[in-house]
Amino acid sequence: MDRGTPAVSLRNISKRFGQVQANSHIDLDIYRGEILALLGENGSGKTTLMNMLSGIYFPDEGTIAIDGRKVMIDSPRTAIELGIGMIHQHFKLVDVLTAAENIELGLKGKLNLQQATRKIREISDAYGFDVDPQQKIYDMSVSQKQTVEILKVLYRGADILILDEPTAVLTPQETEKLFRVLRNMRDDGKAIVIITHKMHEVLSLSDRVAVLRRGEYVGDMITAETTAQDMTNRMVGHSVTLNIERPEPVDPKPRIKVSGLTVLSDTGVPKLENVSFTAYSGEILGIAGIAGSGQKELLEAIAGLQAVSAGSIAYIEDDGACEELIGKDPLEIQHMGVALSFVPEDRLGMGLVGSMDLDENMMLRTYRSGALPVTDRKLPHQIAQKVVDELEVATPSLHTPVRNLSGGNVQKVLVGREITSAPKVLLTAYAVRGLDINSSYMIYDLLNQQKKKGVAVVYVGEDLDVLLELADRILVLCGGKISGILPGRSATKDEIGLMMTRVGGGAEKNDA
Amino acid sequence: MTRETKSREPLVHISRRGAMPWWRAWLVRAGAIALALAVCALLCILVTGTNPLDIGRTVFEASFKTSRKFWVMLHSVAILLCISLAVTPAFRMRFWNVGGEGQALMGCLASAACMILLRDSLPNWAIIVCMVLASCLAGAIWGFLPAFFKANWNTNETLFTLMMNYIATQLVAFFCVVWENPRGSGQIGIINQRAPYTQLGWLPVVGGNKYLLNVIIVGVLCVLMFLYLSFSKHGFELSVVGESENTAHYLGIKVKRVIIRTMVLSGALCGLTGLLLTGGNDHTLTTTLVGGRGFTAVMVSWLAKFNPLWMILASFLLVFLERGAGDISTNFGLNASFSDILTGIILFFIIGSEFFITYRVSFRRHGGHRKEAIAK
Repeated sequence: MDRGTPAVSLRNISKRFGQVQANSHIDLDIYRGEILALLGENGSGKTTLMNMLSGIYFPDEGTIAIDGRKVMIDSPRTAIELGIGMIHQHFKLVDVLTAAENIELGLKGKLNLQQATRKIREISDAYGFDVDPQQKIYDMSVSQKQTVEILKVLYRGADILILDEPTAVLTPQETEKLFRVLRNMRDDGKAIVIITHKMHEVLSLSDRVAVLRRGEYVGDMITAETTAQDMTNRMVGHSVTLNIERPEPVDPKPRIKVSGLTVLSDTGVPKLENVSFTAYSGEILGIAGIAGSGQKELLEAIAGLQAVSAGSIAYIEDDGACEELIGKDPLEIQHMGVALSFVPEDRLGMGLVGSMDLDENMMLRTYRSGALPVTDRKLPHQIAQKVVDELEVATPSLHTPVRNLSGGNVQKVLVGREITSAPKVLLTAYAVRGLDINSSYMIYDLLNQQKKKGVAVVYVGEDLDVLLELADRILVLCGGKISGILPGRSATKDEIGLMMTRVGGGAEKNDA
Repeated sequence: MTRETKSREPLVHISRRGAMPWWRAWLVRAGAIALALAVCALLCILVTGTNPLDIGRTVFEASFKTSRKFWVMLHSVAILLCISLAVTPAFRMRFWNVGGEGQALMGCLASAACMILLRDSLPNWAIIVCMVLASCLAGAIWGFLPAFFKANWNTNETLFTLMMNYIATQLVAFFCVVWENPRGSGQIGIINQRAPYTQLGWLPVVGGNKYLLNVIIVGVLCVLMFLYLSFSKHGFELSVVGESENTAHYLGIKVKRVIIRTMVLSGALCGLTGLLLTGGNDHTLTTTLVGGRGFTAVMVSWLAKFNPLWMILASFLLVFLERGAGDISTNFGLNASFSDILTGIILFFIIGSEFFITYRVSFRRHGGHRKEAIAK
């Protein structure tokens, strides 16, 4: 198949960070008029490779050619001059400025906002973006902010676009909109690279798939000629089963009863309003919602980390005895058997200490044991060994600081530690955030094991497809209110998507 | 066209290393010291025309020539080490306590107060017990205040502790006048030097050497601090608070309590250093008694990466250099600033070597890349 000269041609690219070989002798071509999906497990070097293309890192070895001409990309500025634009996972926008001001920011020459606004409108119309150049960033939804980021690189003349996990923060409807825009850009002859973990997105959007595994280039495939199973096998290096088990809950009993819960932010803005639901033992309660709809506050309120302004959270024992959790300190709640594993965006901010090794991170939970003022180091060492063995954590040793582990392994350490305390209630948020397929399935499996043991699992997730396969019931949050609770086995993605953006979702179905 | 001019590999690029084996790290550090000495020697020859070997010998002799010089040096190391140990728990908690100077000075003030005010009413042993308690308490209060404000209202601890130093200095200046001796001098001479108060409140001399007790006390403190930081529950908690307050909350650690507790400990130990100065060795009170060691301690603690055992080496190095520098200026008739310059050079190289241990610097490798790019 002749596609002319590749827009970007990477040859023999290697990059090493200390002892980690992030990329090793990678050859990759990117063509205009094509959407290329870059697939790979965590730590397989996708982002590193793209960062070298966008001038953030400099390769140790190898050459990069743009339109057949060899280039040295020594800074992001050079990358932009060469027409390469990268849209990162975390937005880099100034909140108090308008879209147009943000786009104009950092450019040379005289500031002419009127002209800029005109040009932004032109680009928006050409590709079907929906954005008001005069709107302030703080008034925008996540998807609008992302649009501004994309406009920013287009405005600078980029015709090679790289998007790093762009759909992680979007609703299904927003994702569709983004995909439409990307297809328009492809048809306009731009080269587009998208990094993603979600198989169905790869299948529906991309023209070609390139797979990396452990820093090496495995090969590429025409999307239309491959299957999710085939791609996953190549990515992981052996064949894996892509089914999430969902056993029927056995003997569910009410375990946590939340009623009328209201949480206000520091500035008095309601983060949760009159939230009521019950979580049962032996079931997985999924929580869906756009990022920032109150998921964090809800879990933190249950774990005793969040001040509550109204409502009650009752912990119900097997014999029906109730105990109020509000007002207790986090430690007491932990001792009652409520474990929280919250994986924040930076993965390490809560629950783990990056500079400490595995033993010490296990010790975070156990160090209080014993009457002596001296810490016991044997127990955490045993737990660390157990977690590493059982969850197949890839680590050079138990004395490696967790910050040096890849994202998936960090999460296994965190979830593994929370599970070893044999909780009655397991609260997890974004447990598979940024995880590759293999590790994600391992985490789902862990959650299912807990469910079978009779633990009440609350699972806040981003991927609706997974929620629909894993959860027994799905609670949808929208702007801090409960939009509805749906049975996981019969709910549809569209239904949930609508409920995420509007309370009740316009549908009459409200309770399961 | 701009593309060609840009098509050039950067001359230098810096990347983070993985772990370096410990022996290589030490080789780098030793190399840095050797290099620093070479630069110092070169500077001596070029600027002053003196023989660098003579200067080197003078530096060495300043600490080791006589047994007296040796003990004075050892005692200075002990005092510096003691303040460094005191500020370290706070540093491990990422609480930048630069108030060691004031906290120690408050300890001096409290000791002196006990020696002067209690000498008529209490026996010697009771005075000493009071001095220990009072100096620790005074230092602890000076540590508590910034910690309390930090814990409750998140005030900036660096500014707060720094300001507390000035208050301590002014308080001492005030009491120097109140307790002046002889009258009208505006100074406190040696306290309890003559009868009827001979040596009341002076810490006992052990083994016939007036420096030995202080050295032993600090040695024991050093080991205790090492154990506290590495093996105790408190030590573990304060590291967690320092690394991530969010994680600490999440684990049910009472962050406010840990901040205050750690700073009270830090301040109390600084106060104890004040006791060792006023009660143990100098038997006087002046505004400059601590002599900037509260600030030098910050450097010692950082150089040793907050490890109490390495701090012994770091404080020795600094004291050794400082004493050597002093002797150079007197022996060779050089301006005192010259010795500061030499100390500066040595520290620059030592601190700079850490950069090369953490990062790898690679230069443009093959000119070929560049030529190719230009040729196109």
